[in-house]
Amino acid sequence: MPSATLLGQALISGVLAGGMYGLLALGLSLSWGLLRLVNLSHFALAFLAAYLTYELGTNYHVAPWWSAMLIVPAMFAMGLAQHWIFDKFKVNELASLLITFSFAIILEVAIQLYWTADYRRYETHYSTMSFKVGPFYIPVLELILCLVAGVLAWGTWLWLRKTYVGKALRAAAEDADIAAAYGVDHKKLAYLLSGMGAAYAGIAGTFIALIATLAPAQIWTWLGVVFAVVIIGRLGNPLGALFAGMLIGASESIAMAVLSPAWAPVVSFSLLIVILLWDPEWL
Amino acid sequence: MSTGALNPARDLPKLAAVIGIGVFAFLPMAGMPAFYDSFFYLVFFWVSLATSWALLSGFAGYFSLGHAAFFGVGVYTTGVLGAKFEVPFLLTVPVAAAMAALLGLGIGAVVFRLRRLRGELFALLTLAVTFVIGTIVLNTPIDGGGGIFMSAVPLPKLMATQSATIYLLGFVICVITLAIAYWVAHSRLGMGLFAIHDDEDVAEAKGVPTFRYKLIAFALSAGIAGAVGGIHAMYVSFITVAGTFELTVPLYVVLMSVLGGSRNWFGPAIGATVITTLLYAFISGGEAMVGRALVGVILILAILWLPDGVVPALKKFIARRRPVPAAMPIAEIAPVVVAAKPIGERHILQVRDVTKRFGGLQALAGVSLDVREGEILGLVGPNGSGKTTLINAISGFYPLTSGSITVDGVEIGNLPAHEIARRGVARTYQIPRPFVNMTVLDNVALAATFGGPPRRQAEIREEALHWTRFTGLAGKEDVLPAGLNLHERKFLELARALAAKPKLLLLDEVLSGLNPAEIDNAIRLVRAIRAQGATIVFVEHLMRAVVELSDRIAVLNEGKLFALGSPREVMTDPRVVSIYLGKAYAA
Repeated sequence: MPSATLLGQALISGVLAGGMYGLLALGLSLSWGLLRLVNLSHFALAFLAAYLTYELGTNYHVAPWWSAMLIVPAMFAMGLAQHWIFDKFKVNELASLLITFSFAIILEVAIQLYWTADYRRYETHYSTMSFKVGPFYIPVLELILCLVAGVLAWGTWLWLRKTYVGKALRAAAEDADIAAAYGVDHKKLAYLLSGMGAAYAGIAGTFIALIATLAPAQIWTWLGVVFAVVIIGRLGNPLGALFAGMLIGASESIAMAVLSPAWAPVVSFSLLIVILLWDPEWL
Repeated sequence: MSTGALNPARDLPKLAAVIGIGVFAFLPMAGMPAFYDSFFYLVFFWVSLATSWALLSGFAGYFSLGHAAFFGVGVYTTGVLGAKFEVPFLLTVPVAAAMAALLGLGIGAVVFRLRRLRGELFALLTLAVTFVIGTIVLNTPIDGGGGIFMSAVPLPKLMATQSATIYLLGFVICVITLAIAYWVAHSRLGMGLFAIHDDEDVAEAKGVPTFRYKLIAFALSAGIAGAVGGIHAMYVSFITVAGTFELTVPLYVVLMSVLGGSRNWFGPAIGATVITTLLYAFISGGEAMVGRALVGVILILAILWLPDGVVPALKKFIARRRPVPAAMPIAEIAPVVVAAKPIGERHILQVRDVTKRFGGLQALAGVSLDVREGEILGLVGPNGSGKTTLINAISGFYPLTSGSITVDGVEIGNLPAHEIARRGVARTYQIPRPFVNMTVLDNVALAATFGGPPRRQAEIREEALHWTRFTGLAGKEDVLPAGLNLHERKFLELARALAAKPKLLLLDEVLSGLNPAEIDNAIRLVRAIRAQGATIVFVEHLMRAVVELSDRIAVLNEGKLFALGSPREVMTDPRVVSIYLGKAYAA
């Protein structure tokens, strides 16, 4: 059994790493829960954004926060374009899953053709910065990531709860036709939400560029975990996605410390399976 | 026609299949370069995997992304038995199939009990299972992280070369898989699975043992994937977790099946052949990445423009070129002249103190009711009084909270719905729920197959034709339900109920939404049904029909039996008038 310090450190790193799961889950959860579209290309969009951040930073020396100003709106536009297809062909959940899977493969190929299959690392002087609280190290970038994810999740939650737009969206998710009869312009809102989801992928991509090593096949590594997060956090609930992300991040990290790193993938999926079978009220 | 004579329509495809099997089986002996052995093996490999996936996911609509789990269990069963325990290779393949089938049964036994785990949640759950099993294999001595070399495992010399032997094994499993798929698609099992795909609750109510059928389909699907995996272990010769439990397997399998048409037994084979050929062409041309992207583009285009797949689209195209018979107007039902059988003294249905609670809501608060053989009982009451809940409870859609229901003296209160259907209880739905991907005739034939007594195919077809004509749907036999209007859909509901030859028929608002002429027609139909010997309980709001048809009327109010008697007694009962119109009118 590892020491209390080690466990504490594992818990902190896990929660912070879970922020990334939460951030990635945010956009997926919104489009799945509120638009009934399962978007597998979300990860590919995030990695495209990460590669663009890397490219601008390494070759043109643009700081990531400046490139994000460019990339996030571009991703928003990508989201709109993708939704145009869904809207035009009245795509259902399973079809959306297959279409976005194909789209992800095409993006993966495009990334590989341009950036090759080699590992790419965006080196910055702040990428490994951390500070010490008591016996624990806290990585700065991950902390900022969690704060950003928290603000986005909280903001989106408030927006869905408190404003007319949010209520209209939730009504339309329940029954689009009835909502339309009460004057909800579901189509316009769906475009907005799709754009937002893709923009969130862009924000996640900026952080992926700074934190992770990039390779085209990495697109698929988080797929399983993040879907587990989306379901555990309840579809369409931004705060739930964030908390579930942190919960899974923490449990993976502790499993790694107590058992061995290789067992980590079992944790999130076992949690998912248990929760699906348990079928609690809040799901 | 005598059975010995040649029937081109029937025998040509058989002949083609036999010749095809013969040619492919002996192809390696023709001295083909080894390169082609490997190409054809991969085609057989993907055809088998895609077809096995479709057995559950295409036929029954339980979309699985976990095919790699079953395939992987097969790969590792053969790997461990062959390389570590030196079991002869050919013996390991059936074990691989059995292990994978057991895993499928295990997952199914838990997951198929939960109503909410349909659709995309089932897909993601099976995906999660893949990762869990992959991780367990990686971290235990099964693999241990180093992979397993298969080169020491001797391959039986079925053919001159190693690659030709693997070709032959792949071919055999491919033929077996297609044979199973053909058999399932044309059997009772397949019919049930197609019904589950369209509407599982209705399938259960029509007598399909949905839980058992899904388990059988899952076991078959997983078992074939396991056998394919066992053979594939020899093909790849070095097996790793990363190369086995990977996303490519489920995703290509889904892609191939959907492209070809996953509800058709032959669709996945077409899709698999096309995609494998494309991928292989690009890999051998050194453009593997472009090939992948091209597959992606094809899939997007196929889903947007051919959502049902290539094979159904072709079938539709062929069908469109045949002349369409002119639509006949709905036939009027002739008034029945046969004297109805006298109402018996025997109670066919006995409902005793039945309660049904949904959380805090008491939908049925102790209802007791006897229905005599051969009578028509009208069930009326204000909205929310529990009429439909009672129908749902009798037909087994809801389990009872307490109380007992017997049909012909046999307790059915806690039987699954399909058992109740087999005991001669049929129902209709207030909002028609036809199986949307089946023709009118198939809809009726399904009810006859699963609800009625066991009969031969030809008899069932006759029976189904009879009831479609009886309900005035003649000329619409080959139409999909989407092509019917509300009136016709309601009558399709009736035809399905009748085809099960019920002792007890439960009708839930068959008249609502019909115009006066249609209502007259429907009333005559209900009389005609009773004349055939069925006992009828019908829920209805339209008082004219209730009074005209019923021998007795039961009034439900707030989940309790409020009044029971002849139409005249009940309709003049001031208490009944008061719950409908308020106290002021009761006097």
